[in-house]
Parts: sequence; C-alpha cells; structure tokens
Amino acid sequence: MRVDDERAAEMLLAVARAVLDRVDDLTDADLAIGDGDHGIGMRRGFEAVELVLENPPSGIDGVFKAAGMAIMSNTGGAAGAVFGSVFTSGAAAFAAQEEITPEGFVEFLTAAQGAVQRRGGVAEGAKTMLDALAPAARAAAGASDLKTATAAAAEAALQGVEATKAMIATTGKARSLGERSVGHPDPGAISMSIILGAMRDYVAG
Amino acid sequence: MAKPIKKILNDPRRAVDEMLDGLVLASDGRTKRLAVDAIVKSEIPDGKVALLIGGGSGHEPLFHGFIGENMGDGAACGQFFAAPSPHIVYEAAKAVHRGKGILFLYGNYAGDNMNFDIGAEMLADEGVEVRTVRVTDDVAAAPPERMHDRRGIAGDLLMIRVVGAAAAHLDRLDEVERVAKKAMAGLRSMGVAVLAGSIPETGKLTFDLADDEIEIGMGAHGEAGISRQKLGTADEITDQMMEKILADLPFQAGDEVALLINNLGATTMMEMLVVNRRVRQILAERGITVHRSDVGTWVTSQEMAGLSISLMRLDGELKRYLDMPSRSVGYSSLEVK
Repeated sequence: MRVDDERAAEMLLAVARAVLDRVDDLTDADLAIGDGDHGIGMRRGFEAVELVLENPPSGIDGVFKAAGMAIMSNTGGAAGAVFGSVFTSGAAAFAAQEEITPEGFVEFLTAAQGAVQRRGGVAEGAKTMLDALAPAARAAAGASDLKTATAAAAEAALQGVEATKAMIATTGKARSLGERSVGHPDPGAISMSIILGAMRDYVAG
Repeated sequence: MAKPIKKILNDPRRAVDEMLDGLVLASDGRTKRLAVDAIVKSEIPDGKVALLIGGGSGHEPLFHGFIGENMGDGAACGQFFAAPSPHIVYEAAKAVHRGKGILFLYGNYAGDNMNFDIGAEMLADEGVEVRTVRVTDDVAAAPPERMHDRRGIAGDLLMIRVVGAAAAHLDRLDEVERVAKKAMAGLRSMGVAVLAGSIPETGKLTFDLADDEIEIGMGAHGEAGISRQKLGTADEITDQMMEKILADLPFQAGDEVALLINNLGATTMMEMLVVNRRVRQILAERGITVHRSDVGTWVTSQEMAGLSISLMRLDGELKRYLDMPSRSVGYSSLEVK
C-alpha cells in the first residue's frame, strides 16, 4: 500500500483505535509495576489524536506532528512526554515526503528513539518503551518495502516487550520495585508494540 | 476477593476537573483557574519572583491547594497521579510571571521532570528565565549517592512553605533558588503504608498488602519501599523509620529541625499523635531540637492509610521563612514571632 498524507492520517487513526482497544490491558500491566495510570493516560492522548485527525493537516509530517502534539498535551505523565515526542520528533523524517517509504519509516523510528533517549535520559535495558522501540528501528532497517519494514518493526517490538519481563526497572515509578519488577512486562513497551502492530496491520491492508 | 471501591464522585473521568473548580471556590477569591488545568493566585505583585509548583492530582491538598500567601503563585495540575502536560506548565508559568523569572518546584518523578522541562524550554524560547529545584526527600527511594533517583513526598509541603516565603521576600531568582537548594539539602522523609488507596477511574487499588502487613518506605503512588513486614507497634515502626531518616543526612545533636508528620489519607489523628510522641522522644534523646512541628493531612494518596515523617534541618534564614504566616486552602499557619 502506498501511504500518502491522507492514508497516514488513516493509519494513525487505526493506531489510536488499537491503543484505545487495549486500555484495560495497559492499566493492568501498569498496576503490576507502576501506579496504574498508563492506560487512562493513553486513552486521553489517543482520544485526542482521533479528534485532531478528524480534520488532518497537510503533509505526512504535519499529520504526525499534530498527532504528537495531541498526545503531548492530553496524556500527561511520563507517557505524554515520551509518546508525544515519538510523533513530534519522528515527524521530521517525513518532511517534504509524498509517501512513507521504508527508509522514511526507519528514519522515523530512529529519530523517535533519539528523542526519547534524550528526553528521558535513559538507555536500552532500563525496562522502558525504548526496549520495544530501539529493536524495532534496528529490525526495520534495510527492508525493501513498507510492508516488510512495518512487519519487522512490529515483530521486534513484541519481542522487546517479552524481553522487558526479565529486566529490572531502573527509571520511572517502577524503579523502586527493583528486582520485584522482574517477570512483568513494561507497560510503555506494550504501548509501543501496539502502535507498531497497528501500523503493520494498516499497511498490510 | 477485592471489595468494591466507594467514593463520593460523579463521573470519575471528570473528578480532577470538578475538584479544581471546588478548590478555587474554597479559596474565597484568592485564587483563580486558567483555561487549562492550572490554578494561580488572584493577585501577584509586579516584579515578584514567581514560584510555580505542580504535579499529578490525587494527592490533595498537595500541590494546587498550596497556592496563597507565602506559598506557591501557581500550580500546574496533572490528571490523576500523572504529571501535567508541557502545555499546562507553559500556560501556568506565563500566568504567574512578573518579569523576574520563575522557580519550578516539584517532586522528582520521570513524568514531571520531562513535562516541566519541555515547558521550561518553551518559556526559554520566549526569553523567560526558569530555574528548577526538584524535591527528593524520600530516603527509601534510593541510597544517598543516587539522590537524583529519590522521589518527592511529604517534604513538598515544607519546601513550598520555605521557598514560597523566600520568593515573596527576595528580589532575585538566584537568591530564591539558593534558599530552595539549601532547604532541600537538609530535608529527609520516609513513609509507611498500611492500606492501599484506589484510582477513581479504574476503581483499582494501587497495591496489594496482606491484612496483617505494612510496607516501610512505600511511595505516595504505591511504589515499593524497603521492607514489607508484619504490623508492629507504633513505637517499633517509628523507631525503624527514624533510624533511617536520622542516619541519612545525618541529623546531629544540636541541630534544629522542622518536623512534619503527614497523613497519607486514611490514618487517624490518634495514630499520628502517638507516632509524634515517639518521634519527639527520639529527637530529645539525640539532642535535636524541634523548632516547629506540623501534624496533619497534606500530601495524600487518596484513601491510602499510612503516614510519613519528614525532618528539615534549619538555620536562621530557613527558620525566618518557615515562621512567616502561610495562607492557602490546604495549609494555613499563623506568624511565629
């Protein structure tokens, strides 16, 4: 599927629906190792995405930026800053692009990863959404078409979620659980995998 | 089997919004609400160094209840247990700025740090000077060498009082920041959880604790503490907490301190006062003088039961600010002469 700016907006609406469908799962995952607000925060953010994309701005980067601002302004908490930055900072990858190419998609993931690392001051292995996002960026690199790129990213993100179960949280509210956080997946990583899974499903048509 | 959660609310998704409206009304005109979820003082003099506080809701009266005389000028309010967005921080900051810069004072949590930082960058782009001091008083959250990993708990109130008074009386942002850093350097707290609170929107408890268990050092959002154990006596629990708090700074004979015993929500005043009695015995034995004490309910976690003990080491300057009268919906004190 050729994803132009109109379809980019459709794709992000599909992402929003996928996140909203999983709010209860996110709440339960966060209750296990955090304070339980991740699901309701993501609901606020992605309901705002649905609203802003009723009348999407022009340009693929415009669509991503608008979605990111909606998330940043409405989610609150660490999730708002982090997932907002994924879309606002990642949007630059699509500047002046008429469609989402596999290279553009990888650049989006890489830019998003850089922004989250800077803002959160965390690296991989700290049991955060980065542990889904970073492997996704690596897995998508070199793909010859967008379908393959998004499928590889989504699969790597899911594996990343699994990998967070074995990690000890060293940042965020789960940090103080220390070894007690082992065995539970990171809720932010789950959200990242939902987002990438929805992109894969949309592109696969 | 989980019991149903009982709360006197309308739609839980509107609870923060309706709470903020009620809070402003309770201030009898001394505060007002902005178009975003932020509360600011109705009158802030020109040329005043501004103090912006804030954080997630659900801990009332912290933070938004502490807007008033010798306290915060404004509060950026997040949703339930979630940091306010950069947009809210920015709007609240613009509303309190009077040309002398703004001190951001809030608890050290990843979400607050990121959102307040993004807000500060938006303000810096417009030439507004912002300094940030984060409250890191919870000694249970990390060892002393990782002070930057400690979260902010009930010590927030002592910080807001000292820094609020300093910001009302000092001319320069630099000076207010200096006082805030000094106060923070001598502030230590620890909590104990007895029963979990619940999140209105999900109706779920924030943690599981067996009927006969307590957790020493648990955070205000149910973050794990340092020891889960059988419920002991008030004196045993107090001794355990005081040992950690006193050793951490360390507080020493001859020190003068502010003492704050804070109720996390559902603990009775009787229990608080029994603990206070033991805290004072320990401090007296150690030769530490209490300049001022506060025993009450200020930094809560819904209906969570438990309490925290905070000590702030004082010098002449900090005593002067702490003794100034405070007036807000959440905390009021008379001037100490």
